[in-house]
Amino acid sequence: MIRVQAEDFDVGAELERLTAGRTDLGAIVTFTGTVRDRADGREITEMTLEHYPGMTEAELERIEAEARERWPLAASLVVHRYGRLEPGDRIVLVITASAHRHAAFEAAEFLMDYLKTSAPFWKREVSGEGARWVEARSSDEAAARRWRDRGKAAK
Amino acid sequence: MAVKLLYFAWVREQTGIGEERVEIPPGVETVADLIGWLKTRGPEFDAAFASGEVVRAAVDQTHVGHDQAIAEAREIAFFPPVTGG
Repeated sequence: MIRVQAEDFDVGAELERLTAGRTDLGAIVTFTGTVRDRADGREITEMTLEHYPGMTEAELERIEAEARERWPLAASLVVHRYGRLEPGDRIVLVITASAHRHAAFEAAEFLMDYLKTSAPFWKREVSGEGARWVEARSSDEAAARRWRDRGKAAK
Repeated sequence: MAVKLLYFAWVREQTGIGEERVEIPPGVETVADLIGWLKTRGPEFDAAFASGEVVRAAVDQTHVGHDQAIAEAREIAFFPPVTGG
């Protein structure tokens, strides 16, 4: 399941809803991404997340489907916010559940790595020096590539 | 051929518009051709695509390379490398 929304989310409530009544789960991993108050030595006062309505949902669904193809997940959820956010605010939630922990851990990391390099979101940070668009990191691209190479090796 | 064009983040700020419908001229067959043509439409477009290879594209909401053919496209978007998560 995926969701794109401006509103905040409650991690506990999302976890409860996703796993209610399930007795087949042995491992549940949750990842929450939040807004940092510093970036490259500048103090961040606020951030705006722009996205591409329609394509964002399509990409997140595609990434989730790929995770479920690679690992035996019993349940999964991705929630990503857009709009104006402040330091400390939650941005993204990933929950993965499986019978065993390895699949849940790996799938959660995969979902985040792929989301960061393919879901159409753009961060604009505001600091005392003004506003600027965040630049993509080559380390994020390398993290996603690692899974692609592994996928190829497995086939 | 009329196509909806979308611009996001700093590409949108530089072109000054988020969305428009354009008539694609004959001879413009790929994303790269389209970028080349857009650059001729004014200084703001020239600036937005000045380092054209950095700008990413999506055709009908799917990531594509600049060599992608656009003959069947209904919606083409241009944006910087993504920075969500």
